Amino acid sequence: MSAPPRHGSLAWLAVPALLLFGAFGVVPLVGVLVLSFTSWDGLGDIHFTGLESWAAVLADPGLPHALWVTFLVMAVSWLVQTPASILLGVFLAGHQRYRAVLSVVYFVPLLLSSAAIAITYKALLDPNFGLGAGLGLEILAQDWLGEPALAFGVVIFVVSWQFIPFHSLIYQGGARQIPRSMYEAAELDGAGRIRKFFSITLPQLKYTIVTSSTLMVVGSLTFFDLIFVLTAGGPGDATRVLALDMYKRGFQANLMGPASVIAVILVLVGLALALLLRRLGGGTGSDSRLEGA
Amino acid sequence: MGLPLGAALAACGTSGPTRAGGTPTGGGGGGGGATYWYLSGQPQEGIRAGAVERFNKANPGGQITGTTFQNDAYKAKIKTAIGAGQAPTLIWGWGGGTLRSYVQAGQVEDLTPWFGENAAVKDRLFPSSFGAATIDGKIYAMPCETVQPIVLFYNKKLFDKIGAEPPQSWGDIMALVPKFNAAGIAPFSLGGQSRWTNMMWLEFLFDRIAGPEVFQAVFDGQKDAWSNPAAIDALTKMQDLIKADGFIKGFSSITADSNADQALLYTGKAAMMLHGSWTYGMMAADGGDFVSGGNLGFMNFPPVEGGKGDPSNTVGNPGQYLSISSKATAEQKEIAKKFFATGVLDGEEVKGWVGTGAVPIVQGADSNFAGSKDADWLNFVYGVASKAGTFQQSWDQALSPTAAETLLDNIAKLFQLSVTPEEFATNLNAVIGK
Repeated sequence: MSAPPRHGSLAWLAVPALLLFGAFGVVPLVGVLVLSFTSWDGLGDIHFTGLESWAAVLADPGLPHALWVTFLVMAVSWLVQTPASILLGVFLAGHQRYRAVLSVVYFVPLLLSSAAIAITYKALLDPNFGLGAGLGLEILAQDWLGEPALAFGVVIFVVSWQFIPFHSLIYQGGARQIPRSMYEAAELDGAGRIRKFFSITLPQLKYTIVTSSTLMVVGSLTFFDLIFVLTAGGPGDATRVLALDMYKRGFQANLMGPASVIAVILVLVGLALALLLRRLGGGTGSDSRLEGA
Repeated sequence: MGLPLGAALAACGTSGPTRAGGTPTGGGGGGGGATYWYLSGQPQEGIRAGAVERFNKANPGGQITGTTFQNDAYKAKIKTAIGAGQAPTLIWGWGGGTLRSYVQAGQVEDLTPWFGENAAVKDRLFPSSFGAATIDGKIYAMPCETVQPIVLFYNKKLFDKIGAEPPQSWGDIMALVPKFNAAGIAPFSLGGQSRWTNMMWLEFLFDRIAGPEVFQAVFDGQKDAWSNPAAIDALTKMQDLIKADGFIKGFSSITADSNADQALLYTGKAAMMLHGSWTYGMMAADGGDFVSGGNLGFMNFPPVEGGKGDPSNTVGNPGQYLSISSKATAEQKEIAKKFFATGVLDGEEVKGWVGTGAVPIVQGADSNFAGSKDADWLNFVYGVASKAGTFQQSWDQALSPTAAETLLDNIAKLFQLSVTPEEFATNLNAVIGK
């Protein structure tokens, strides 16, 4: 049993994944980087223009605005989703039968496509033909998607509605990994429900929180479909996130160079955030959290 | 105008692409016959398919294969296909700035010599339809289908209810606003999230205040053309109407694609609507007896007090356009030109369009109107289109895609009152000529 041949066969197993990653991950990434130094309308010839696209995008007041909106969506949706997902996930980790039924119900939003969700909410929130007008409830008949602050709130709400089930599922899995013996020991010491949650469940879920937060934060950088259908970035530019800004520049204004610049910025911000979150999580992520068990 | 036919498609379009009729040949330059991509959605799709079918029957030697797409899918797909050199032989479009970008990339045929040899084909169409097909003095597209001016629609029942007359001037419009609001009726419906819907207002205000020259200066690339005092006046008047609650509550979250703006008019929630003539057929289909019962009024946009613009002028889509891909084979180009000469807007197609309440861009098409249940409407549209002093193409179609996106973006902000007329002008001056 010699090590090198075994190592060789394992390397071969990685080839399909590497090929796919190369073709659909690395190659487009390099392409976008190259395009960001060009001017191209998507139709004619590609001209290298050096840093012109970068200068144009960085000088555009639309960029800091889109960055700010993206950051807000990221931060607020994290703040809303994380506590809700942890509570739901821990609750669903129990083994009573009705919880299985509930977890199926909670799972439903995850089965719908973002576009379908956005169209449905758009219809429900229509100020003239929507839920408020239909039921005659004045409080529901707000101009939900027409006022900047309300539209932002609606986006956060719909995003949370769509993704809390997914993160609950992650936390449910995480909570089930926590050894019963820890809770039993705590009970012997006289810890109550709340004490157990904060002293055992939350610390034990540390890495799950890092994983879930990474998915949330990096995922929120690329929110596009839902916002595109719901508000198209409006009213005005109140909900124009970076991904939407990129699409509008590239495919509506035919400015592939500046759109590629934004794509590169998105990649850099995404990588930085993922690294930062790993740092915040502490350790390498492969340490056992069970050493005390 | 981003979505003239798209509004219809959103309601009833099939999801494309779907192959329609003809022999199955590959896309792009492949196969012997010509290829033709067009928009899905009835009743327009059936009329387009019918013209191709009749042509194929009459020309067994040179077939056209049609493929249909939904409006938005088409716009993305055609651009990618042209960029990749995989365009169909016949490229359907709206002319103007997008056509110019194809021309600059050398992707479409110059049809000037062909129209020179086939003057009869040119002379039977509305002369106004050729403006958007002409780039730098050369014709790059065959105008086709229908003329679509923007029209001021109103609900006659609501005017009777408050005892008012349709507006004859901008002053009348501003005076009607408080009257309708007091009666709990929104003065104007508007699908503001679509942005080009707001733009139609500016197109008319600019024209009525100072004539077509103001926008022409923008189009011609004159420096600071948006800062023209007439432009600032028009933009200010626009914001005055918005501030006076002239538009339905929540207009900035309503999309034209869902036809909710039309529904507001025919359900009696809003009294008036400035919209494309293509909405007539949809309101007739969806509005119950609203149209057939004679409750829909229509008129050209009224003059503005002291304005210099000719009140017969109109704006909108002077036609739709067919170009020939320069990447097509000689054989395909021949088939396409034969289709232009004998297939496009043949007698059957003209009758088909009239049947949907639309006016084909053919001189004398009004002889088909007699006996139609929509005769009043058809004669009105024909009159507006054929008597217009100037038929301004929709701004977003006339300008390059780059300038159009900045324009629409700033129009949305103007209607949100988040930019002033002066800021609007400054932002747009920056993209003049781009």
